[in-house]
Amino acid sequence: MHDVTLIDEKIRRHTLSVIVDNEAGVLARVIGLFSGRGYNIEHLTVAPVDLAGSESRITVVTIGTPEVIEQIKVQLDRLVPVHTVADLTEEGPSVERELALIKIVCQGTDRDEALRIAKAFRARIVDSTKESFVFEITGKTDKVKAFIQLMDDLGLVEVVRTGVAALSRGQKKL
Amino acid sequence: MEMAEKEWSGAEIILKSLTDLGVEVIFGYPGGAVLPIYDEIFKQDKIRHILVRHEQAAVHAAEGYARSTGKPGVVLVTSGPGATNAVTGLTDAMLDSIPLICITGQVPVQLIGSDAFQEADTVGITRHCTKHNYLVREVANLSRTMHEAFYVATHGRPGPVVVDVPKDVQILTSAEFHKGEVKHRSYKPEIKGDFPAIKQAVEMLANAKKPIFYTGGGVINSGPAASSLLRELVRLSGAPITSTLMGLGAYPASDRQFLGMLGMHGTYEANNAMHDCDVMICVGARFDDRVTGRLNAFSPHSKKIHIDIDRSSVNKTVRVDLPIIGDVAHVLEDMLKVWKTSVHALAPDQLKDWWQDIQGWRERDSLQYKSSEEVIMPQYALERLNALTRDKDVYITTEVGQHQMWAAQYLEFEDPNRLMTSGGLGTMGYGLPAAVGVQVAHPDALVIDVAGEASIQMNIQEMATALQYDLPVKIFILNNEYMGMVRQWQDLNHDGRHSHTYSEALPDFVKLAEAYGAHGIRVEKPADLDKAIVEMIKTDKAVIVDCRVAKLANCFPMVPSGAAHNEMILPDDEEFQDHEGGAALV
Repeated sequence: MHDVTLIDEKIRRHTLSVIVDNEAGVLARVIGLFSGRGYNIEHLTVAPVDLAGSESRITVVTIGTPEVIEQIKVQLDRLVPVHTVADLTEEGPSVERELALIKIVCQGTDRDEALRIAKAFRARIVDSTKESFVFEITGKTDKVKAFIQLMDDLGLVEVVRTGVAALSRGQKKL
Repeated sequence: MEMAEKEWSGAEIILKSLTDLGVEVIFGYPGGAVLPIYDEIFKQDKIRHILVRHEQAAVHAAEGYARSTGKPGVVLVTSGPGATNAVTGLTDAMLDSIPLICITGQVPVQLIGSDAFQEADTVGITRHCTKHNYLVREVANLSRTMHEAFYVATHGRPGPVVVDVPKDVQILTSAEFHKGEVKHRSYKPEIKGDFPAIKQAVEMLANAKKPIFYTGGGVINSGPAASSLLRELVRLSGAPITSTLMGLGAYPASDRQFLGMLGMHGTYEANNAMHDCDVMICVGARFDDRVTGRLNAFSPHSKKIHIDIDRSSVNKTVRVDLPIIGDVAHVLEDMLKVWKTSVHALAPDQLKDWWQDIQGWRERDSLQYKSSEEVIMPQYALERLNALTRDKDVYITTEVGQHQMWAAQYLEFEDPNRLMTSGGLGTMGYGLPAAVGVQVAHPDALVIDVAGEASIQMNIQEMATALQYDLPVKIFILNNEYMGMVRQWQDLNHDGRHSHTYSEALPDFVKLAEAYGAHGIRVEKPADLDKAIVEMIKTDKAVIVDCRVAKLANCFPMVPSGAAHNEMILPDDEEFQDHEGGAALV
């Protein structure tokens, strides 16, 4: 999972929601489809979402030309355990969030600066020692990235990100 | 699910499910991880088991069975090498959309992941080369999974499905039996096409000045009704029709509206008509690169209608103007209804100019070749094979290469399900096992594997299968001592450097036939050819014909890789004349 520079102006970033049967191998099928056909995965999150645990929701952020995005959707849709494929980017407004944990190791004024920035970004401190912080930040990918960039100068040592979770706005249900 | 009093072992459940699903034949090879299933096969006589000599051949035989009958083929192999040997066959069935169910043995559940003896991650390995696959960890799910596997293999765009069954699951017992139709939770392919789109398609067809039908294997997969509906619609529309390799036979080759196969080795008239048409109706074909040639020069002036059951085939490589997602037979039936009920009578001279263009291309006679009295030309051999088998109940399989393309060009397929060939994957070694499968399904038919001397050696061991079950398959080898198609490309693209394409140390095919207990015939002169073919047909057991043909004949016409449909090499283009006797081609 890495950011690809958008060179071709036709290339767009799309967030897809895929409802699948929660069965063994289904994630491998989805990932295998992307690798086998040369599509990009920028973010991928997956977890069971119904109370019975029989369905999982995969959120995948991918980039490509409109033709490629269309192929990705129909190729996903023809996988046998796939129930629904929705293109949140195309089908109207949606909210996207990801969560990151960021560890920095620093001393002195850098600590104060880190706390100031964390406050501005509404990041929470989830662990602290005399020489380190672990921040938790939730937000759009851009915001998370901006926060990580600022922390880079202040002793950033480790980052973990969940990838994007997304829902359409309003009453609509997938 | 119904509860029965008695509990059945997993192996019994598999056999009972197969019987309930109407399976008559299994192609397989035993091994440690499927012994309980083989024990159940031993105890029953409803389902016939054909013992192949290599698991790849089991899959190809099942493909031949499936494609010639329209029923799904069933394969049974053991774990590990049994499953990995089946992979080529599964991939072949995947690319050609052949409905198959392949049951693979697996090590017991507790041993999975431990690198046990003959363990392979079969569902992992076959995930990419099957339509779907299952690992059955609970015997209670086995019956339902078997039924679901058949449903998935045969509904929508057909394809191979693997059911991986650990050995302990074959032994454990359950009372769970699936009854009735499968209602799949998520897989529900669309059958009926969108009616407004169908109306629009008929309108486009009726108003076209230069229409063409471009049809493929989807017509054959849809069933015999699709072929007869296609014939009716094509005749009503008066339009020309061309077919992919996989679609040959859906429309009769001898009909005047048929232009022959299109694509890399398609006829001049088919490719030029595709290039110049104004409305293209693609029926159950997928714009394969061997069909389209250079994409940015593919049929530049046409509106394209695409009928396909698989939505992902639409706009995959070629943008189409009007997609219709549905089963070919259902869509064609609706198109015919619309055609007949609306005022779509063609203007008297509407297609006159178009047919004149086509006549001009036809006169170019792109399938001509230089005949010879000294050496058998491969094209001539197939023309004679065609002539001498016209009145027979004949099924043709092929291997892969020049002989395959010549078979497509010179044999006339009048009906669907009569040609079994590896189109998408191009699997050398497909033809003989496929012929075995066809002959099992049609014991009294004349089944001929048109082969090359290189391909036939890739699954020659299946001669033993043919002999064991008294299957009188005929292997007609066009023996030019080269991997001819590769050699042809070396001549065209690599300055004639024949790197490893000469078949040295060939076996004596006549003696080889005899070693297996079959009949062998060698023919070297054109004058003896008919006699050899007649002898082959009359022999009531497996036959190998070693037909020695011109060594350096090329397969033309040809759209070179990366060229457009109207940039063909024709057989009489001077610089590509073949020089019998060894001179390299330019």
